[in-house]
Amino acid sequence: MDTPRADAPPLLDIRGLTKSFAAQRALDGVDLTLRAGEIHALLGENGAGKSTLIKAATGIIARDAGTIRLDGREIDPKSGAEAVATGIATVYQEVNLLPNLSVAENLYLGRQPTRFGLVRSAEMRRNARALLAGFGLDIDVAAPLADYSVAIQHICAIARSVDLSARVLILDEPTASLDVHEVEILFRVMRELKSRGIGIVFVTHFLDQVYAICDRITVLRNGRLVGERPVAGLPKLELVRMMLGRELAEVETRRPERDAVAADTSMPLARFDAFGRSRYVEPFELVLRRGTVVGLAGLLGSGRTETARLVFGAEAADCGTATVDGTTVRIGSPRDAVRHGFGFCPEERKTEGIVAELTVRENIVLALQARRGWTRPLPRREQDEITARFIRLLDIRPADPDRPIGLLSGATSRRCCLPAGWRPIRAC
Amino acid sequence: MPIRLPRAGTAQIAAFLAILAINWMVSPQFFDIRLQDGRLFGSIIDVFNRGAPVALLAIGMVLVIATRGIDLSVGAVMAIAGAIAASLADSQPVWVCLAAALAAGAVCGLWNGLLVAIFGIQPIVATLILMVAGRGIAQLITEGRIVTFASPDLAALGGGALLGVPMPVVLTAIALIVTLALVRGTALGLMIEATGANARASRLAGIDTTAMTVAVYVWCGICAALAGVVAAADIRGADANNAGLWLELDAILAVVIGGTSLFGGRFSIPLAVVGALIIQAMNTGILLSGYRPELNLVVKAMVVLAVLLIQSPRLADIRAYLSPRRARS
Repeated sequence: MDTPRADAPPLLDIRGLTKSFAAQRALDGVDLTLRAGEIHALLGENGAGKSTLIKAATGIIARDAGTIRLDGREIDPKSGAEAVATGIATVYQEVNLLPNLSVAENLYLGRQPTRFGLVRSAEMRRNARALLAGFGLDIDVAAPLADYSVAIQHICAIARSVDLSARVLILDEPTASLDVHEVEILFRVMRELKSRGIGIVFVTHFLDQVYAICDRITVLRNGRLVGERPVAGLPKLELVRMMLGRELAEVETRRPERDAVAADTSMPLARFDAFGRSRYVEPFELVLRRGTVVGLAGLLGSGRTETARLVFGAEAADCGTATVDGTTVRIGSPRDAVRHGFGFCPEERKTEGIVAELTVRENIVLALQARRGWTRPLPRREQDEITARFIRLLDIRPADPDRPIGLLSGATSRRCCLPAGWRPIRAC
Repeated sequence: MPIRLPRAGTAQIAAFLAILAINWMVSPQFFDIRLQDGRLFGSIIDVFNRGAPVALLAIGMVLVIATRGIDLSVGAVMAIAGAIAASLADSQPVWVCLAAALAAGAVCGLWNGLLVAIFGIQPIVATLILMVAGRGIAQLITEGRIVTFASPDLAALGGGALLGVPMPVVLTAIALIVTLALVRGTALGLMIEATGANARASRLAGIDTTAMTVAVYVWCGICAALAGVVAAADIRGADANNAGLWLELDAILAVVIGGTSLFGGRFSIPLAVVGALIIQAMNTGILLSGYRPELNLVVKAMVVLAVLLIQSPRLADIRAYLSPRRARS
């Protein structure tokens, strides 16, 4: 892998970017330098300000201070569309395309080739095929985007951005919902773009991926710049230390005892026999024991999500039996599952995990309230206690229980799914 | 649980007071109140009295809209309830009339709720069915005539008074208090808001979103039926063709003026009632001013526009855009 020359003029140069939300300083004088043909990892813990940096740099949110230079020329995008027009495109983890339209329509939305005002579909499809072929993708571009995997959707989003003459491509956690094979496809595309001289800012939580593909890293912590380093020669421990702000040894000592429950052969907490739903997931067996974690592994499309949804009643099973604490129960809806003490953290946070309009407090108590039923509202004092505990436990920042959860950073609100899902379990 | 005070209600209350002030300017006797036959009279009383049916509709409508739905059938349900109450008035005691009318409203609401929640029909289409069919049903009940009645008990629900306060106002206040107690005194309010803001996430949190949706349509039907009884009692008769005609639009308008988004989620019942009163205050004001009633609709549209503009979240952006740019370092 050829590393770009260090003395080349930067493609994108962000200096002193600052942004506050109310009294909370989300970004404090952060710098980011991206060179042409470079893949640059933007790292940091959840809530470190990565998403805010991206949004402020692309004009989605207005910055308080700081300059942005593209090719040495100062730019000031006022919206995402303006940023794209100047050459900075962003692809988010939750792909912002239209799943019900075809791949080709998504690629050329808003700029379809026309003749006399009519869309020339054939030409559009031809162009789309050619465009995707450049990324090593040979798919039916007339099929709806939703028919394809998240990886393909990501590549379509990237292809669209690049075709819109993007010179800087920002990928916000594109690999979070991809499996190993799909990550490899995405990396191939990223290397191809790199060779074309496009600069890529890559946000990820997987350190292996940083070492696999990135040239340099920029680390943020609590809205501040920790440092910028070349990846080559950077020890992993040093990288983790930069992200956490403390020694890794400190973290590692808190490993749980794993063998303590291995020999537990007592009655399972819950078991599912020949549980399944036709045309959704084949019947399966699943046994859950006290104090154990069961991992569902498999490639995308292998049915792991479907299994989880079936167990929780998000989809109703049409065969098999569910047994909880030795008694056969019916789990036909999430409500049934919640009543039996199940919790669920869905795959798609934005659409299924949180109610964005409601506050942090309301989201945290929602599932518990649902379990208690509508006639027994949780006293406000108890709500406040539970919320305060989870805000502390999950390190939710800003720690404001009355803030609509949709205003929190993606990762932070994802953590709020946890209590929403888990709180109803036995202990309460 | 304390009743949550409307935090964002300033615009609506200010608008209501401003319209009352304008009414007072065009008609200096606007705030005059006199007691006659144990009932208060006066233009200001009239605003509350005449506003009662739309306020009742708005109390039910705001819950439906909070679940991201809409109920176009409330005007028709008013006609059905009025027809039932009027037909029974001279043969049955008043409580039977009222119970039968409210039960009919509940059945209508159940129908709407099942279409929306179980069969997944879009609310605007689902309730359009009853909006059209309802008037037909009401006409079948009245056999195509305008049914009048003599029962003073039922008429008292429209023209009577309790401690001087006109009955429609009393009934609206009761409906408001009962609804508030039901919705904000329990966890229903939170569940309705959650259902409207994100039904999928709410379902996964264990909320019975289907039951929530059916329940709000049923409650909306009951409120509409009560409004229908009030309207029928007021004119001592049921006119299946005209009772509650177009009032569904006023009710939706009242909810929107009250700051509840048509996209569901957060809602405020008291502000929806204020919205209904704003609409009625304008109607009364234009009548008092002596302008031609044709102007009513235009003025109404202007005021609605003004209230909505004040609420618009974009207004802050526009204001920021017009003011000198903040210097960027």
